[in-house]
Amino acid sequence: MAEDKHVMTMLVDNQPGVTSRVTGLFSSKGFNIESICGSPTNDPNVSRITIVTAANPPVIEQIEKQLRKLVNVIKLRSLNGPKSVRRELALICVHAKAEQRAEVLRIVDIFRGKIVDAGLEHFIIEVTGEEAKIQAVLNLLKPIGIKKLARTGMIGLIREPK
Amino acid sequence: MMTGAQILMNILKDENVDTIFGFPGGAVIDIYDELARTGIRHILVRHEQGAVHAADGYARASGKVGVCLVTSGPGATNTVTGIASAFADSIPIVVLTGQVPTHLIGNDAFQEVDIVGITRSCTKHNYLVESITDLARILKEAFYLARSGRPGPVLVDIPKNIASAKTDFTPPGDVRLRSYNPTYRPNQKQMREVVRLLQAAERPLIFAGGGVILSKGAAELTHLAQTARIPVTTSLMGLGAFPGSDPLFLGMIGMHGTYAANMSASTCDLMLAVGVRFDDRVTGKTDAFARQAAIVHIDIDPTSIRKNIPVSVPLVGDCRISLQMLNEMTGTAAGDAPSPARVEWLGRIAEWKRTQPLSYHQGESIKPQHVVEKVCELTRGEAIITTEVGQNQMWAAQFYRFDHPNRFITSGGLGCMGFGLPAAIGAQIACPDQVVVDIAGDGSIQMNIQEMATAVQYNLPIKIVILNNGYLGMVRQWQELFYGRRYSSTRMNHAPDFVKLAEAYGAVGLRATRPEEMEPVLKQGLAERKPVIMDIVVEAEEGVYPMVPSGAPITEMLLV
Repeated sequence: MAEDKHVMTMLVDNQPGVTSRVTGLFSSKGFNIESICGSPTNDPNVSRITIVTAANPPVIEQIEKQLRKLVNVIKLRSLNGPKSVRRELALICVHAKAEQRAEVLRIVDIFRGKIVDAGLEHFIIEVTGEEAKIQAVLNLLKPIGIKKLARTGMIGLIREPK
Repeated sequence: MMTGAQILMNILKDENVDTIFGFPGGAVIDIYDELARTGIRHILVRHEQGAVHAADGYARASGKVGVCLVTSGPGATNTVTGIASAFADSIPIVVLTGQVPTHLIGNDAFQEVDIVGITRSCTKHNYLVESITDLARILKEAFYLARSGRPGPVLVDIPKNIASAKTDFTPPGDVRLRSYNPTYRPNQKQMREVVRLLQAAERPLIFAGGGVILSKGAAELTHLAQTARIPVTTSLMGLGAFPGSDPLFLGMIGMHGTYAANMSASTCDLMLAVGVRFDDRVTGKTDAFARQAAIVHIDIDPTSIRKNIPVSVPLVGDCRISLQMLNEMTGTAAGDAPSPARVEWLGRIAEWKRTQPLSYHQGESIKPQHVVEKVCELTRGEAIITTEVGQNQMWAAQFYRFDHPNRFITSGGLGCMGFGLPAAIGAQIACPDQVVVDIAGDGSIQMNIQEMATAVQYNLPIKIVILNNGYLGMVRQWQELFYGRRYSSTRMNHAPDFVKLAEAYGAVGLRATRPEEMEPVLKQGLAERKPVIMDIVVEAEEGVYPMVPSGAPITEMLLV
């Protein structure tokens, strides 16, 4: 069965060790985590963890059930398709000598990125978007030379009813 | 003002705990000091693993939550195997571990281990108490989590300074956890679908597991099967959920299941699976399992459903409540004459049972199966049986007839050697008037033999029947069948003299080596009012049959 990327977001008790319970579940059951992102919500007792995983549908079903079984997981939703918004932020440090600077700036402009740090031989670029957009920026910057890369992993929210 | 230790005693009394199994140490000395002033009985084991198995045996025999108390560090790590066994079999226990004082946590203090981290994946949930104000709530939650939903072990790690700190104690109210609400009542619409399938089925089969016993649903299951004339097989954990002496009972399914059970599973057109999790020892090759059947799966744990086997109708709910509803909904059909198709189905099963019953050949030496049959006969099938793990466990499951739930106590999921003796101690404390027999092997019994001292200290008249074949028999059997008889490290030729060992502990030791000695020894041993070890020297290379090779379809059985 085909393995598809799957984004899930969950509200969890904001207590020590909860992230470890979630990630421990993935490692002990042999599931994989592509990215994980967690932080407190507007309720300080509750955190939101968003995980991207790749698995076939029966395994996804099992992952979701296992996560819901954790006593500290309050609520879990899938974040796939048009009913949700998903974003990731990437900081990309690229080589940028004189002859490349214009090209880099053009790419940043096309993707509505920002230069957040600049030196004689580098830029640090900030880009936000869905995974496809981040991937597209990286594809264009790769030939110029990516020195360092940091990505937050996916976050997202379900859209409210219109 | 109350100390943490006093709060703990308060909650234990509130939870009707009358017995705890434990072993003291520095980090729990305040708790032990307080414990001695209460009416709660403390059973001093000789190794912390024994405490957990004993609490497990106590929980299974009594249906209550078992409790154990150990110190930090090695005391805590010694509980891990017991916890993992209780977790695999969904047994409600609360494990209280001492911890170094909060200001030392993380400093590699003397007898410090991160037991919450270590047991995260083998507990239903666990807690480190970080403030005395949380203690009462956490303890109440621990008991609630242990026994509700799919039961399981819960560990509470209590730092030494929390046990001695003082606070104003207000009894916590009912536990409410917004993130934990087990579904007890199954979906009505799904239930109607189950009724429709049951009424349409020509070759139905009930496959019952430990969930039926844990939910106290054996009577409901028995009623359903007997009224609707549906044959029943069980997993190892389900033995006793349906009377073993009922003609509708097929015996256990799976790797060492009966011919009739395994053939029925492969031939049935409807499998009503209740409180099971389709372990690999049950299913064999999953693609070939119950290929002709629509499978209805009732379980309180949604993760059990569709984990190993695809099912036609998933039903999340408590087994007893679900069976009760099924009985009510199918009530009208009761008493009807069975359809011709059903008569034919029951006839086919009777034929399988007749042509391939569980059997063995008598010989010059004592046969272990014969010993178990004799124990069953002499205890009229009414004893509580615990087992070690391996051949002894399978023979006990095959040749003892279980007519009631909570009488067969075995480490099913984890398969933990050394389980039977401490579990027998726990069961005997839960049921002082019952005969408790540990069917053991000469290998397994040595894994927690130190608990003989516990049995003698508390004058628990447990009966240990060692099926002594001088081998780690189950591994030897695999080596015989699949590894060219190369008996690598399975010969146990330096066992102690078990009779002398029993006597050294202050127990009774008996031995039988010839077939004619077996029954008198069992009779004498069972009549004793003291702990007894009966060393029964049995055929060395006897095997457990039927046997399905690992990973093969369960219809591919090696027979006697």
